[in-house]
Amino acid sequence: MEPLPRWADMVLTPLISVLLAFAISALVILAIGENPWEALKVMVAGALGSSYGWGFTLYYATNFVFTGLAVSVAYHAGLFNIGGEGQAVLGGLGVALACLFIPWPHWSLALIGAGAAGALFGAAWALIPAILQARRGSHIVITTIMFNFIAAALLNHMLVNVLRPTGSMDPATRAFPPATHLPTLSQMAAGLGLDWGRHTPANVSLFVAVLACVLVWLLIWRTRLGYEIRAFGKSEPAALYAGISPTRITVLAMLISGGLAGLMAVNNVMGEAERLVLNAVEGAGFIGIAVALMGRNHPLGVALAALLFGFLYQGGGTLALFTQIPRELITVIQALVILFTGALDNMVRMPLARLFALHRKRGA
Amino acid sequence: MSIVKSLLAGVAVLGLVPVLAPTPAHADPALVFDLGGKFDKSFNEAAYRGAERWKAETGGTYKELEMQSEAQREQALRMLAQTGSNPIVTTGFAFGEVLNKVAPDYPDTRFVVIDTAVDQPNVQSVVFAEEQGSYLAGILAAMASESGTVSFIGGMDIPLIRKFECGFVQGVKATDAEARVIVNYTGTTPAAWNDPVKGAELTRAQKGQGSDIVYAAAGGTGIGVLQAAADEGMLAIGVDSNQNHMHPGQILTSMEKAVDNSVYEAFRLGVDTPPGVKLMDLASEGVRLSMDEHNAPLITDEMTAALEAATAAIVSGEIAVHDYMTDNACPVR
Repeated sequence: MEPLPRWADMVLTPLISVLLAFAISALVILAIGENPWEALKVMVAGALGSSYGWGFTLYYATNFVFTGLAVSVAYHAGLFNIGGEGQAVLGGLGVALACLFIPWPHWSLALIGAGAAGALFGAAWALIPAILQARRGSHIVITTIMFNFIAAALLNHMLVNVLRPTGSMDPATRAFPPATHLPTLSQMAAGLGLDWGRHTPANVSLFVAVLACVLVWLLIWRTRLGYEIRAFGKSEPAALYAGISPTRITVLAMLISGGLAGLMAVNNVMGEAERLVLNAVEGAGFIGIAVALMGRNHPLGVALAALLFGFLYQGGGTLALFTQIPRELITVIQALVILFTGALDNMVRMPLARLFALHRKRGA
Repeated sequence: MSIVKSLLAGVAVLGLVPVLAPTPAHADPALVFDLGGKFDKSFNEAAYRGAERWKAETGGTYKELEMQSEAQREQALRMLAQTGSNPIVTTGFAFGEVLNKVAPDYPDTRFVVIDTAVDQPNVQSVVFAEEQGSYLAGILAAMASESGTVSFIGGMDIPLIRKFECGFVQGVKATDAEARVIVNYTGTTPAAWNDPVKGAELTRAQKGQGSDIVYAAAGGTGIGVLQAAADEGMLAIGVDSNQNHMHPGQILTSMEKAVDNSVYEAFRLGVDTPPGVKLMDLASEGVRLSMDEHNAPLITDEMTAALEAATAAIVSGEIAVHDYMTDNACPVR
């Protein structure tokens, strides 16, 4: 069968999948006796209907861009990194330590320094599974998922026993010093004289995320290392024959992947909470898998998918906050989106390809 | 056009447009639950019961919200304050930091936070002396134990639960200095609050090490602990709410925190809820051991006398139960 045109592959297929997922979600909402149209309106109004909603949607999307890119880079090397969650937890620890113990003169330097610390911690957390995979053949899916639990336990220990101020009930660090507070998008808009998204957490990290998308694209498709990563991911024996070292590529790809997941902490820890809390990552590491799947491991696709999941998160949160629809339903909608865009991809793709082939034949 | 209109209507309904949200003359109270907490059969559910009791008695209505993510805390509190909810009761220490940010912006709104202290002129902080109630539970456990070994199962390993643990161990040791206390925590992630299977496993493991009394301070996980203790012929001690009825005759007592009363009081007093720290201890009956027909056969006269003596001594200050929170350490193990 002839391949789909590129735009249909990148845009049309996921779009139809998402619409199908929403259609089934509507049936589920009907089944619990609520009005799906009203629910959709609440979601859209809550997530996209005001600058306030956008402020949250973009904040969540920023998280998902980082974890989505993390999963994609590893995926190009044929590695399934399920450890984004743990790597982002460690990234949070790195960012928190950098913000608390280094006296930064200005937020821009703090962003660079703390971002580097977060990426370093995240990368270090991915290093051990990478070496175990490369040297011992311990499956990366198993080891990275186990490392998520170790990361949770480590963070718990650090927050409860080491970093928590005495007498504080909350297992969290003290607030970061004001010099490390990142400007939010609303503050930046206010600087331009615009009243945009007051009290929303979207911050300057959004631009870091966009930059990360560009850099990952350059890395994967425009550098020698990226070529080696892709070659290794497509066929290990062929890569070996071409003189590419599997150990080196496995370790490097996982370091970059872990570093991207760790970098997420500049958004949620430094940008939003301005202190490290126990529940900082909130599953963004796992959402990253869905984002990468849906974005077909392309940075542009990842960015768009992250936006969609940001919308689902914020819209879904609004839905659960202000209607009688239970929050579990949001999980159902997210699961359906993942199911249709990831697992049932060919269900849409094949008929679509046939349709295009038919059209082309008529055209010719 | 109609789509735009309905979108705007949606936005207005959600109170996302501050200008459109004047404070109504009669304010409804609001109750905010922490992440996924509402029906945990324990702490959050006690808050819910308090609100429902107020509703049943006064016929009033109240708003309730359950958090979906960390970033939403501030959003939810601002939304409630802007739409005129007053007072706003939040359950759980995680709201402490957020209230420091939000409360100053709404000086006419009264906030209540349970389980942590927030120093703002319009916030009432309800803190419980869990160590005192747990101390009494420890006395009872030491007296009821035949093996000389008792045990504690905590939920997630956080300071609050260590406060329970420390009080319990102190009570046990004060009664029987030779007694051994086995301590286990269910986990280090929020899943530890709702893992009855693991709670049951830990209980059996503690039984294997000789424990015959187990105290569970573990939210929903405690249900598994109580069940396993009943199956294994141990005695259990429940927590937060009176759980004696769950396995009559096999639950020694429950260490109740009067979360429901504090929510009820705040709702009843409305905007007149006094700010400042409200200490819920033995003296104010904010913490106590449940005694009812379900555990009456287990409680001897000797135990009752010991509890009464200890309660009087704690209230008078003669016995000072160490609070883990003051120095992040426990004097006994």
